[in-house]
Amino acid sequence: MRWVLDHAGELLDTTWEHLGLALIPVLVGLLISVPLGWAAHRWRAARAILVPASSLLYTIPSLALFVLMPLLLGTRILDPLNVQAALTIYTVALLVRSVADALDAVPGETIAAATAVGYGAVRRFFAVELPLSLPVLIAGVRVAAVSNISLVSVGAIIGVGGLGFYLTHGSQLSPPNYAEIVAGLVLIVVLALVVDALLVVLGRWLTPWTRARGRVVTA
Amino acid sequence: MNIFEQVWSWLTDPDNWTRSINGPGIPYHVLKHLQYTGVAILIAALIAVPLGIYIGHTGRGSFLVVGIANSFRAIPELGLLILLVLAMGIALAVEAVTIALVSLAIPPLLAGTYAGIRNVDRDVVDAARGMGMREWDVVWRVELPIALPLILGGLRAATLQVIATASIAAFVSLDGLGRFVIDGRAFGADGGYAMMAGGAVLIAALAIAVELVLAGVQRLAVSPGLQTRRMRRRVARVWAQPKLITAEESS
Repeated sequence: MRWVLDHAGELLDTTWEHLGLALIPVLVGLLISVPLGWAAHRWRAARAILVPASSLLYTIPSLALFVLMPLLLGTRILDPLNVQAALTIYTVALLVRSVADALDAVPGETIAAATAVGYGAVRRFFAVELPLSLPVLIAGVRVAAVSNISLVSVGAIIGVGGLGFYLTHGSQLSPPNYAEIVAGLVLIVVLALVVDALLVVLGRWLTPWTRARGRVVTA
Repeated sequence: MNIFEQVWSWLTDPDNWTRSINGPGIPYHVLKHLQYTGVAILIAALIAVPLGIYIGHTGRGSFLVVGIANSFRAIPELGLLILLVLAMGIALAVEAVTIALVSLAIPPLLAGTYAGIRNVDRDVVDAARGMGMREWDVVWRVELPIALPLILGGLRAATLQVIATASIAAFVSLDGLGRFVIDGRAFGADGGYAMMAGGAVLIAALAIAVELVLAGVQRLAVSPGLQTRRMRRRVARVWAQPKLITAEESS
């Protein structure tokens, strides 16, 4: 506990750094996967390529993907961009399918009704189809955010790990600094839980109609 | 040589296939990696599948499954490994890592089994009872075969998680393909990255190969009556949105 109090400022800075490493990829990944998911929803051929490809990318373990990023991006091994790009790939791999499935699930009558009252394709997508797929999309974003926050710490092995630094650093001291390791671990878990809870609140706020029916579809 | 050629020449150098700076070569580390993974998955399945069947069949303790399945993602694998190895001592590192791997494999297996059994159409179960089947027969001959796609889905998710975490185990001085990443980093700039990236390529290849094998097994093992498009989509949906299990439960 003493160690934690002595290093409170440093811990706070690292927590912010950790958040940036984990959540910027969620945002970027979301922006990439909405058009890709739409394409997979729209064209059968696109789905036949995108869905298997993304599940194969999701298969690659994080340590391997972090290490391979410099090969693909031409970055240096210690560049935080390696971790962020790898986590963006995971986010896209996870969300493309969520987006496609969510858009598939929008009822045909709803789309027909929107068309009938004069919505063009673009406006209908943003005003009707996308909002209706939000519950599923947010469920996907929650999974991506929580697993990204946990995965960032693996980056500590290659020197870019946010709070993961305290795990590797604490274990390499002799004797090991348990306070440091536990503090890092607890902060990572708490961060994941807080972000998850915030996303739940955001989801409820964005989809008031799911409560109006008296039933929470995606709680 | 550019960096791609360096990685390629590391991977194709016969020396690396027979020995490495810490002893044995690539094949040994592949086998070790598979060994850690296999043992952990086996132990986890022995715990999680019967438990999932029991909870799914009786409905008792389902809140437990949902809670465990949704919170396990938040646990950083690296922290779990480090704490367990420090707590049990480096002499018991293999056992400590196995415990960590088992505990990471249980949630997806448990969730898959539970969701599989729970998603069996209640009418089908009633029909089986109506035909005079005993509880045990209902579980063994009706619920389990129908639940198999989701159970195997859980097995795939668990295996991927364990292969990924087993590569991190090199950090706590274990063998397996993560060795090359860790040793390569310690080796430094001169040729170190080629070793790291070579190891990473091998880890990725191993994970993809295992995933493809398991996907094949899943196809072979599932009853032809369940191999319809509708069923496959249903299975995919449950996995894409773990939360739906909760929604179906509460509605």
